Order: sequence, then C-alpha cells, then structure tokens
Amino acid sequence: MRYEVLFEDPMLKKRDDFEDMLEERRNSSDLRYALKCYTPVLYKGLTPCKVSELKQMVLQSDQLGYVITQVSKEKGVTSDEVTGEAAAILEEMAQRLQLSTVRFFAFTLSKVFKTLFRSICINEEGLQRLQQAIHNHPVVLLPSHRSYMDFLLMSYILYTYDLALPVIAAGMDFMGMKVVGEMLRMSGAFFIRRSFGGDKLYWAVFSEYVKIMLKNGYAPVEFFLEGTRSRTAKSLTPKLGLLNIVMDPFLKGEVFDISLVPVSISYERTLEEALYARELLGVPKPKESTSGLFKARKILSEDYGSIHVYFGQPVSVRSLAESRVNRSQFNLIPRHIPTRPSEEILSFVNDSAYRLVRAQEENMVLKPWVLLAFVLLQKQAAEEKQGTALDELTEQAVWLRDLSRQYGAFLHWPDHIPPSEVVSSSLSLHRGLVRISEGRVQLALEQETRGAITPEEELLNKAVVILSCASYRNQALNVFIRPALLASAIHTAASNRKRKTEIYNSFSFLRNMFSNEFILCPGATVQDFEEACYLLVKTGTLQINQQEVLITERGHRTLAFLTSVLDPFLQGYQVVCRFLCEQDGLTEKQFIPAVRKFIIKHLLTGRLRYTEVLSSDLQKNALAALIRLGAVQKIKGYGTLKLNKVMLNSLEDTLGKK
Amino acid sequence: MASNSSGSDSSDRQRIAQQRLSVIAGHLQRPVEGNSGILAAECKAQGDKLDVSSERRTVPRRRQEIMKWNGWGYSDSKFLYNKKGQAEFTGKRYRLSGMIIPGLREWMESTFSANLQHKTPAAPILNSSAVQPPTLNEAFLKELKSTGIPFSHDAEDRVFRSHGHCLHEIFALREGKIGRVPDLVVWPNCHNDVVKIVELACKHNVCLIPYGGGTSVSSALECPPEETRSIVSLDTSQMNRILWIDEKNLTAHVEAGIVGQDLERLLNESGYCTGHEPDSMEFSSLGGWVATRASGMKKNIYGNIEDLVVHIKMVTPRGVIEKSCQGPRMSTGPDVHHFIMGSEGTLGVVTEVTMKIRPMPEYQKYGSVVFPNFEMGVACLREVARQRCAPASIRLMDNEQFKFGHALKPQVSSIFTSFLDGLKKFYITKFKGFDPNRLCVATLLFEGDREKVLQHEKQVYDIAAKFGGLAAGEDNGQRGYMLTFVIAYLRDLGMDYYVIGESFETSMPWDRVLDICRNVKARIVRECKDKGVQFPPLSTCRVTQTYDAGACVYFYFAFNYRGLSDPVHVYEQVEHAAREEILANGGSLSHHHGVGKLRKEWMRESISSVGMGMLKSVKDYVDPNNIFGNRNLL
Repeated sequence: MRYEVLFEDPMLKKRDDFEDMLEERRNSSDLRYALKCYTPVLYKGLTPCKVSELKQMVLQSDQLGYVITQVSKEKGVTSDEVTGEAAAILEEMAQRLQLSTVRFFAFTLSKVFKTLFRSICINEEGLQRLQQAIHNHPVVLLPSHRSYMDFLLMSYILYTYDLALPVIAAGMDFMGMKVVGEMLRMSGAFFIRRSFGGDKLYWAVFSEYVKIMLKNGYAPVEFFLEGTRSRTAKSLTPKLGLLNIVMDPFLKGEVFDISLVPVSISYERTLEEALYARELLGVPKPKESTSGLFKARKILSEDYGSIHVYFGQPVSVRSLAESRVNRSQFNLIPRHIPTRPSEEILSFVNDSAYRLVRAQEENMVLKPWVLLAFVLLQKQAAEEKQGTALDELTEQAVWLRDLSRQYGAFLHWPDHIPPSEVVSSSLSLHRGLVRISEGRVQLALEQETRGAITPEEELLNKAVVILSCASYRNQALNVFIRPALLASAIHTAASNRKRKTEIYNSFSFLRNMFSNEFILCPGATVQDFEEACYLLVKTGTLQINQQEVLITERGHRTLAFLTSVLDPFLQGYQVVCRFLCEQDGLTEKQFIPAVRKFIIKHLLTGRLRYTEVLSSDLQKNALAALIRLGAVQKIKGYGTLKLNKVMLNSLEDTLGKK
Repeated sequence: MASNSSGSDSSDRQRIAQQRLSVIAGHLQRPVEGNSGILAAECKAQGDKLDVSSERRTVPRRRQEIMKWNGWGYSDSKFLYNKKGQAEFTGKRYRLSGMIIPGLREWMESTFSANLQHKTPAAPILNSSAVQPPTLNEAFLKELKSTGIPFSHDAEDRVFRSHGHCLHEIFALREGKIGRVPDLVVWPNCHNDVVKIVELACKHNVCLIPYGGGTSVSSALECPPEETRSIVSLDTSQMNRILWIDEKNLTAHVEAGIVGQDLERLLNESGYCTGHEPDSMEFSSLGGWVATRASGMKKNIYGNIEDLVVHIKMVTPRGVIEKSCQGPRMSTGPDVHHFIMGSEGTLGVVTEVTMKIRPMPEYQKYGSVVFPNFEMGVACLREVARQRCAPASIRLMDNEQFKFGHALKPQVSSIFTSFLDGLKKFYITKFKGFDPNRLCVATLLFEGDREKVLQHEKQVYDIAAKFGGLAAGEDNGQRGYMLTFVIAYLRDLGMDYYVIGESFETSMPWDRVLDICRNVKARIVRECKDKGVQFPPLSTCRVTQTYDAGACVYFYFAFNYRGLSDPVHVYEQVEHAAREEILANGGSLSHHHGVGKLRKEWMRESISSVGMGMLKSVKDYVDPNNIFGNRNLL
C-alpha cells in the first residue's frame, strides 16, 4: 500500500512501560534520599568548569568580543563600558546550579508530590536512553509545558535517577519572586527576558552563554519549545529562537552531534486548570509573586491524580540535518561573526521544531477522562439539558477508546477494570467539573452563586467550566485532527459522489486555515491527507478508489464524531471573520476585548452554539491565520489592522459551509 | 645518507664511510649518540650497500626485482610474526630492520581485536594468466621499435604499473584479482625520447599514462576501464640524472624520473640538498611531485614543491611547454607552472625540472614535547605558527597515535633503558598528572647551523611550556618520524590478519583544526558501526604541517574486517563519509595527495563550475584527443 511509504502505522508504535517513582518515596526516608550520593554519568568530552569560569568563557569568547566591538563603535562608547554591560546582562541571566539547593528541593518536593499526586510514572527505559545520550553527546531536553511544575519536576526526576542536572531557560517573570527566583537559579534556571528584539548585545550574551554550556557538556540544556505554558493543553506552535541557538554548534562543526530529547509530561489534573480558563476568558493572569504562590497552598489539600512523564527517543541533530543542510555554507565566514541564518537553515529549524513537538504529542499519555471530556462537551453543545445516562456515557467512552487506540493514541485505560468503574473513578477525580444526579452526568455549569449576577457573569462562569473541560479534551486533539479535517472536508462535499480531488482541496483549505491552531507540519499537506485517508480506510470508515470516496455503513458514526471535533473551531473562526467584517477601524490591542464582547452578545442571544469560542487563544490564532492568509494586514508602527472585507466575507462563507 | 655528526667539513668519503658504519651499527645496537649531535635522517631505508657509485640508481626497469608486486616497498623488508609470535621487521635497510618489536602484537590485538590465528595471506605470486592479453596498436609498436626506446608487454611489467597504493588496489592484488592494466610499458631515457613517444601516441591515437614512482593514493594510476585504445604506461624511472648543478644560483637541473632518495643522495655528494622530503621520498619521483603538488616534511625551511621549482619542461600533445628564462619570479600573466603542477598526468609528461638547492645543513636535531591533551598541543602549534618559528618539521600526534608509536618501540637491550623509560612514564603520568589516555606528543626536527638550532630549540620549547608541554627527548621525536617510513609496511602486516586501513589528508584554517579532527574521527567510528564493522576501528589523526593561516591534518583509519563480506566496499563507504565530513567542516579536498579519480566527484564543489570550466578548457586546448587519458582530476 502506498500510504506506508509516507509514514508508519500509528498502531505499530512501540512505547515503553512506566514505573511509579513516588512508590519508593512513600516507603523510605525523604531525608536520606535528599542526601543520597549523587554521581551522574557525564558527557565524555566534558571539560569540568565552575559557574564563574563559565561566565569568563562567555565574556572572553570571540563571538561576544566581536559584538562588543561592533556595539561600542555604533554607540560611541568604550568597549570596556560595553563589556561591563555584557557582564551585567550575564549576571542577571546566569544560573548558579548548586547541589545543596537541589537536595533541598528534592526533600520538599518529595513531601509536596506525595500529597498532591497519587503517582509519578516514568518510562525508565527512556531514562536509560537519556543517560547514554548524555554520555555521548551534548543533550537538549525539550519537555512539553503545561504547568509551572514542569521544570521542577524534570530536575526532580533527573536527580532521583542520578542523571546530570539540566540548566533551564526560564522566563524573566519568575525573577519577580525574589526568594523563589534565587532558589530556582540555584537549581539550574537561567533567566531570559521575554523580548529583546533588536538588542544585539543581549542576544550575543544569551546565545553564547547557552552554546558554551552546551558545547562543553557542562549540563544538559533544557527549554520549552512552546515558549510558554499552553493554557489550552494543545501544543503551541514552536518558537525557533532557542532551537536555532542549540543547533548552531552542530551546524558549524563545533560538536559532532547534539541529542534532542523530547519529553512529554501529562497531568491527570492540571494544577492551573481553572486559572488557565479564567485567563483565556480575560481575567488577567496574576503576576508571579512569592506570596501568590503560597496562597496556592489550598491546592495542597486536593487530589491531582497521577503524572506521566515519557522521555522520548533522542533525536540526533546530525541525522535531522543529513541531506537537508549543506554545512559547508559556513566555510567562508569566520564562525564568530554573527550572521543571519539562511532560508535553508530557518526552514530546517522550523521543520525540526514541528517534528519535535509532534514527538512530544505522540508520547503524551491520555487518561480516560480525556475521552469523557469529548463526550460531555459534545452533549453540552447539543443542549442535552438532562445530561447523559452513566451507561450511555460508558458506552460512548468505550467506543471512543477503541477508536483512539486505532489512531495510535497513547491511552492509559486500565483494561483489567470494568469500564463503568473506570468512568466513575475518572468522574470522581474531576468532580469539580461534573455533576452527577440520578445516574445522569453533565458538566457542572450551574454553580452555586452568591447574590444576583448578570447574565454575562453567568455565561462567564459557565465558560470557566467548559474551557477547563476543553483543556482535557484538547489533550487528544492531535490524535484526531487529521481524520477530523478529512471528515469535515467530506462533510462539505454534500453530493453522494464524493470526488477525491474535491475533498483534497477542501482538506487542504481547512488545514491551511487551522495551521496556527494545531500542530500541522508546514508543507506536509499531502502526507497528512494520506495519513488521514489511511486511518479512515483502515478503520472501515471509508472506502477510497481511484477517484471517489465512499462512506461505509458503519462509518457514519465515526464521521459524525470527527466532524463535531472540528465544529467549535470552525464556528470560532467564522465568528471572528464575521466580527471583522463589521469593523471599520481596529487596532491589534483592541481586537481581543472587542471580539470577546461581540461573541458574548451572540452567545447570549443564542446565535452561537459553542461557548468555548470565548477562548482568547482561539481568537488570537484565528487572527494570526487571517493575517497569514492576507485577509488582515498589520500596519507596522501603528498597530492598526487593515481589513480585506471581500476576502473575510468569502472565508466566512466557506467556513460556514463546512 | 645525511648523517650529520659533529663537523660540517667532513669530506664525502668520510660521510660515506660513516654511513656504512651506521648501517652496520644499526643492526647491532642503537647508533651511538655523538657528543655534539645525533645521527639524524636514519628513518629512511639505506640505499643498497653496494651502491656507492653515483651511477647506480635505486629503481631498475624491472621493479619487481627489488620491490613487492602486491604490497609496499622493498621485497626484503616486511613486518611478520616470528615463530615465537613476536613481531619483527626483516631486511637490513631500515633502522628497525632485524629488530624485535615486543609491543606490536599486544597493540594489534587490543586495538583491532586481531588474532594471530586468523590469517589472510596474500597470493604469493602473480598469476600471469589472470592478466588479460595486451591490446597492441601494431602501427605504433612498429614505429616505436624503430626509435630504439626500450619497451615491454610482459604481464608482470604491465601489472606493476596498473596501480598505486590505495587500499582497494593492494587488496585486489593480494587476492590475485587483476583489472584493466596497461598494454605496453615504455622506458624513455631522456626528454627527446619522451617527445618521440608522445608524437607517436598522437599519430596513432594511443592512450598514454605517465608513471613515476607508483606511490599514488588517489587511484590516479588506475587504467580507466572504459578506455578502448591501447594504453601505454610511460615509465620515467630511467630518466634519473642530475643534468647540472648551478652553485652560483643554487639550482639543479634534474630529469623528472629521479626518485627522492636518489636526488638527495646525489646532491648530498656535492654538499647540497633540496630539502624536499615527502613521506614517500624513497620511491616517489620528481615528476610525480610536480604533477600532484607534493609537500615535504621540511617545507617550513625549504618550501613545498611549488616554492622549490624554478623551471619545468613538459611534453604535451601540442608540443613542449617551458619558460624562456629562470627568473625567480615573473609577472607574465597567470603562472603557467600552475597549470602543470597538479595536472596529475592529464596534460603531458614532465621531463626536466630546475629546482632550488641548499647547502646541506650543518646540524640536525630531533625533539619531542608531551602535552596533557590534544587541544593544548594544537594551541601550541598555532602559537608557533603565529610567531613564525616553526622548526623544519613539527608534527602533533593524537593520543591513539602516541600509543601506536609506543607499540613500535624496538626491544631494549639494557635494563637501564627500560628502567629509564619507566621513570619517564612515572614522571609524566604520576608526577605531572597527565592522563595517559589523553596526552599527546609533538615531534620536532630542527635543522641549520648549530648555534641557531639550539637557540631555535629553546624558543620552541619555551612556547610549548606555556601550553603545558614537557620536553620528552630526542628519541621519541626520532621514532615519530620513523613511523612515517614504516607505516606503509605495517599496513601489509595488518592485511595479513584481517586488518585494512589507509591514511588520508586535508588542510584547514587554524580555527577549524580541532573541530575537524574530532568530527572526522567520530564520523569514522560511527560509519564503521553503521556499516556493520564488528570491532571498533582505529581512528586517529595528526597535524603534520603548519602554515600562517592553517594546518595540514593526516587521518589514519583501520579496522578488523572479520565478518564482512565486502570489506573494501565498506572501507570505501567510510572513507567517502569521512571526506564528506571534512568538506562539510571546512577542510580541503586534498593538501598534497591530489584528486586522481578517487576524489573527482567533489572537484566541482571545491573549485566552482567556472573553475572546472577553466581547467577543462586548458585540457581541451593542450590535449584535444585525450592522449593523456588517465581521466584524473576532471
């Protein structure tokens, strides 16, 4: 079959088993554990050096020296002053990894984790691979980012398994928390400003600092490809800056290879669940402050289920670059002179980033609750007021379980327990989000309220629950997205004779439209289409011959489900288009509040079905897509948006037909 | 040979006598170190002992009389394991000859997991019936006969000239496999003979392949299998006279077939030298050096071939090319010498060359420096180059090669020496804290008048000290250079026991030396693993030349091929990958081995399409009918 040439069957993916690392913590002394002998395997080419020496190396590097001279000429100041500036930047940035602080964290986190979580499950084989990778090459750790917990958790795991502790790129916002910020610094975090657009010197210090730590094998470098925590639990479009930096030493021949290790961290219940939903609805996120973190203490009394951490197969930068990048392009310019990466390099880094994010997605463990969230949200949107009977919910969940497994989902469904028990235990863990009465289940939308509230406030309260719930459903969207795009494309082709080319065009349109929303590798339309066709044919949903696509008898249920997966997004993008059509002048800043107001109005009048279109994430993605497609143009400098109404109208129409 | 002990005024007779003495001494014990100087240049093979007359030359027409037909060098010199299982080097020509090398066996066993029980002996004699009968161009042959120039179509003569010393070439010979070979061998005696041969070849459309010393490692001598014309190998070995020496201008006019050791020996008899000493100088010829842009070990003093050459005469299908005068430098458009140098036999035959000569150095001294690691060693070489104070030769071996060099130490006779060795080792590893698995050694050769050599030596050792280098004695240095001459013999030993290997070289800017060394060595190891080699390979390198703007690096690579069905193919794939790695990291296609047919595929990316076009148009003008049809380079 020709599909198999393009990709491997997701069903055949082999994954490692998990071990619960908390089990041992519950049975032995935390103090002894925190003080244990720690002797990790190090990089074979390591030249040991101290934190202070590291800074000296950065300041004395040819790379930085070049930029310092350049900046001092441009600004007309002495190079000593610029060097001083660079030293200050480095001071602000640098980590001060200290084993004693790590031990302190090991002790406290043991206590915290044991109260919060039932288990922390790790694939130990992945850790063995990681250890091998650390020995052989400089390593970059790329965890998914769903919670503040992520990077503490990562260091905790590595410490526990006697692996080299990483240095971690963290956003500057942590620095606001004085004590915690310093603690994090001592556990390996280094801090980067969120934006430093044109600041050459900052960029030079930063990139040289990261490269030197990486090249010398000082420690694995850890950062988040997604740049920030995903509030929706969908993977975010990867940021390329840091990936570019860590790949550079390989591309310029300064190291033989670099291993990139994607790590998938999935939480059964996210600590920040409601916080994220509020944030998406426009309640601004509280600035990180130490006292704020302590208020979060009430969190400690709740049950957050389990965490699964999967250390993926290390990806060799060398093999990624093989027959893609012509490395000799760096032969003619001294390597310490900063140059803008070529188109070839940029597209290579971009493709690699997508591959890595997909690798994260693929190894993300999904809990049964994720499937329940699908069902409950679809029922809610269908306005089934009385909720769903428990056995119907179970039946649907089991059906979805089988479907998702066929699509290659990494589902942790305990098969030895009767499905009804699996469902009810999932429901009980998430009891804040669901209401069960008289054997029927529905989302807990009617919260108890104190005093009178406006319809708008009521709507927003509902939306908090819906968006929280959606953040669980979203965890599995990557499993269904390609088939869902295909299902929607088929749905549009209304006639009985569904021509393959027509469906492909429609698929391609949708895929293009939603490529800011989901992780869809650039330029892989054909491959995605083939993959979707393959899955739907394999599962008996479709039959595809040379020109036509036929829906089988039992395929209708699957198709109906898949179409409904995409529906909220279709409606969201459509309403954004509608909104923009009705605007005259609009700045980028005004966009979110205005579109939110517009959507609330429509939701209250019942003209919109999906409350989740209130998510600012969706709205931002829609705007980004429209800008990318040229329907909206950003006027530089003024921040105003120039609208192409003809195009917006036609996009709205096309989306409406789907 | 140049064994320069104390005085500079020793007469020829004295020197020759001394030379003979040292050869004899070499068999019995290490040469006695003189009070003022050390016997230098003992590494190369001694000329035939009877050959004191300057009329007798090293290379006879029938090379097979003294040289191996399927391996490196002289038939009487080879490594073997004796009945006791000890490694030993046979013959009488080299300093190592007749000695037991106790460490070699263990080194071979541990480095390659080789086993003396697993032998892969070579086919002992050439089976003439495996050689295809010659395709003779009768008309050409008839006219050739009338000129009186000697020729032969004997199978052995033809096979001998059908190959260089690439691994695949020697491997095939050992297995008795013979591919396309020249149909005829001719031995011109002088420039005019060559003119006649080339004229006849043009007239009868015969393919000519010039043959000098036969030491090519670029598949340059391989007969193109697609060639349908009669192929004539033009062996220049009998054109080996020094035609005149001009002491006023310090130049010598020499026939291009002379091999390095004869050239030096003959010049030495008059008190001069060229100072051009490529590692292959025992066998490689002057014409070959010009045709490949050769480089000598002592180029820091004497220069590479392009610096040494004053005048070249070459016979091409269009006629003879030469300059009208011997001015030391000219501004007369692009230097036509540079079309000739590096042309690899594709344009014509170099027949006569005027070369610079120098008075023989008064004093030579070896030396060595141990560094804690390779990085420090490279930093030191870079500093030496920056200060432009490089000795005649300075080479830096990496850790693996240092160990290799160690394994080649001949048996020491006195307990005292071995005690001293132990003490040295103790001092370096324990007292100075050098990690024996990281340290590396630079070997040095100083040359000039005594005073200056000693001064120079101090300067270099002072720089070395700044990079953590410790002086490690003359003996270590000298052994390092000896390795150069015997390493090719060692490959034959390896091939007797399932081990195949080769060296290749490149040049690069200073800032990339470490990166290329690391990446290429790692690439070799990885490729071997990927290609199914069962045992970890030997992958090692050394920096052999320093320049103002960069360095030359040599890689050695060998592995045990037991369990592989097509070892040579695996070998070639790995070498190919290593070359790709070199190019990707900013190294050159070749520093001095040349391109031949082995590295042709990378020429365009190396010199650009326009560059290729320029070279092609020269070829098209000079040799429109591709008479010089070895198909090298382009």
